[in-house]
Amino acid sequence: MSKQPEENTLAAPERARRRFLTQVAAVTGAALAPGMVLFEVSQARALDQPVSGKVRWGMLVDTTKCTRGCDLCVKACDKENGIHSHGRPETDSQWIRKIRLRDLHTGYVQFLPMLCQHCKYAPCVDVCPVGASFRRADGIVLVNRHICIGCRYCMMACPYKARSFVSEPLHDQVPWSPRGMGTVEACTFCVHRVDRGHKPACVDACAADGPGALVFGDMKDPGSKIAKMLAKEQSSEVRADLKLDTGVRYHGI
Amino acid sequence: MKQRIHYRELEGGIGFWVLLAGFGVLIALGLASVHYMETYGHWVTGMTNQVVWGIPHVFAVFLIVAASGVLNTASVASVFARTPYKPLAPLSGLLSITLLIGGLAVLVLDLGHSDRILVAMTHYNFRSIFAWNIFLYIGFMLVVAIYLWFNMERRMNRYIRPVGFVAFVWRITLTTGTGSIFGFLIARDAYDSALMGPMFVIMSFSFGLAIYILVLMSSYAGSGRPLGDATLRRLKNLLGVFIAAVLYFLAIFHLTNLYWAQHVGVEEFILFGGNVYTWLFWGGQVLLGGLVPLALLYSPATGNSRFWIAVSSVLVILGGLALVYVIIIGGQAYPLDLFPGKAVSSTFYDGVINTYTPSLPEILLGISGIAISLAATMVAIKFLPFLPVSLKDEVVEPPATPPAPATAEAHA
Ligand code: SF4
Repeated sequence: MSKQPEENTLAAPERARRRFLTQVAAVTGAALAPGMVLFEVSQARALDQPVSGKVRWGMLVDTTKCTRGCDLCVKACDKENGIHSHGRPETDSQWIRKIRLRDLHTGYVQFLPMLCQHCKYAPCVDVCPVGASFRRADGIVLVNRHICIGCRYCMMACPYKARSFVSEPLHDQVPWSPRGMGTVEACTFCVHRVDRGHKPACVDACAADGPGALVFGDMKDPGSKIAKMLAKEQSSEVRADLKLDTGVRYHGI
Repeated sequence: MKQRIHYRELEGGIGFWVLLAGFGVLIALGLASVHYMETYGHWVTGMTNQVVWGIPHVFAVFLIVAASGVLNTASVASVFARTPYKPLAPLSGLLSITLLIGGLAVLVLDLGHSDRILVAMTHYNFRSIFAWNIFLYIGFMLVVAIYLWFNMERRMNRYIRPVGFVAFVWRITLTTGTGSIFGFLIARDAYDSALMGPMFVIMSFSFGLAIYILVLMSSYAGSGRPLGDATLRRLKNLLGVFIAAVLYFLAIFHLTNLYWAQHVGVEEFILFGGNVYTWLFWGGQVLLGGLVPLALLYSPATGNSRFWIAVSSVLVILGGLALVYVIIIGGQAYPLDLFPGKAVSSTFYDGVINTYTPSLPEILLGISGIAISLAATMVAIKFLPFLPVSLKDEVVEPPATPPAPATAEAHA
């Protein structure tokens, strides 16, 4: 967050130069993408190793790339985690959603995906009476579906409306992403993929067929792409005033 | 010269059993609703991913708050040593347990996994105010049970004051804890306030006393036991004070929120939005639950009428339910403000006022909580000596210098 004021005080030519550099970096990044994947794989822990606090998984969303009408990330998430609509939008689960923002004064319109922000100081974890909501040492916030009593206090507490309550019997579940009626669920950062050295499904989908607006990686590893980009570009947390130290950051808002 | 108060089990005629059976039916309907909701899932209710707590929580929170307030009468007797309140204390303690049981039952039965109640009792996250509340509730019932025992067991009578004091402190903590369940929701503009806890304490005094008055009046009227005017007058005057205190606190709460730029949106939505919450607040709580009973209780024309005292108590309860509805549902109907200064929209109802229509099953579940409380109270006063045989004025508060030797009427 400390970077934001600095960005705001930049003169226009400087901002333009930065934008240019960003674009160059993005293009180079895209060219390097296969190598990046290999690099990030090396960050994965062996499956019999405990989760390490030396890692903090995070995501950087470049809202300047996220485009109108695209919902590749949402579709990929639904497919990966076996989320189906029951035709009842008010109770259907949504782990990731596209939000349209319009500046009330200028009319400027932007788009961005909203998902669990994997906060370091997660309100859902704090309020959960039974400890079903928890944060792994590597920063991923999860719900233990075997303990969750379905009280929904975490949904009341989440500032991002990132959680859904499973309101009806489920079918066609995928084995790697278990869900259950009567429990609360949210984005897991595709923990089953991350633990095997892959990236979340949304990130891969956006990179493969979309604008590549999502960058995922270990924020604590100075050599990772995300850490480098965070060091170089403006980014901010949503509701930074709450000081939750989110694992998802946004560029361009 | 002190007159002994005699307590005895309630003598129940056919009316008693009919009423009890009526509550039984309500409880059965509530349980059937739970079965229905558990089989099909919560989508059959009005609750959604936007409004996650619904009418069951309104009833549950109302009952839990009232449970602590109803103990007021006992506290006045034991902590503040007011003699006329002593005969009223056992019923006060009993109601505080049964109302709490009713409220908690609704809360538990609405869970997505009520079957995991054992998990809730064995897994604790000590950072959670919710988990702390579970301890507060269980402890409260224990303390009040001990209090009741000391009250009934003559040998233990002399220890009643310290236990009464513990119960008093405990219940203030408990209601503050219940209020803090909302107060700790920093992300929601409607709740994020340190005043939530104290406001719940004041609300509890008023709701609890209204319930107490009604239960007292109906059990005495139903069993034909005498209930003196002085006792009722005392209680109704106290109720008036509490009603005024709630109104005062509501004014403070909303005024401070209106000064807080971030909360202005939700305040305007509730107070001046012209929606169901606006109506429930002004019409339900302020007018029907506040100003009208206040006028009824203090007006010379109605203030001494048992009928109007009962009406006022009913109004306080309805107004209280309206207030809790506004707090719980209204607070969720107003959207989260993720991006100040921007209009937001999505497929997940971002940036829109959320709608909520309670469904029949969840209303039945909520009502069954009240039925559980009242049925348990009835069974208890039927089989245990909770109620004084007489609450005639001269029994409750014998004249300081008795004109004649003690009368025998208390031994009816
Ligand atoms: S719904 Fe489940 S995860 Fe959320 S607070 Fe309740 S028990 Fe915890």
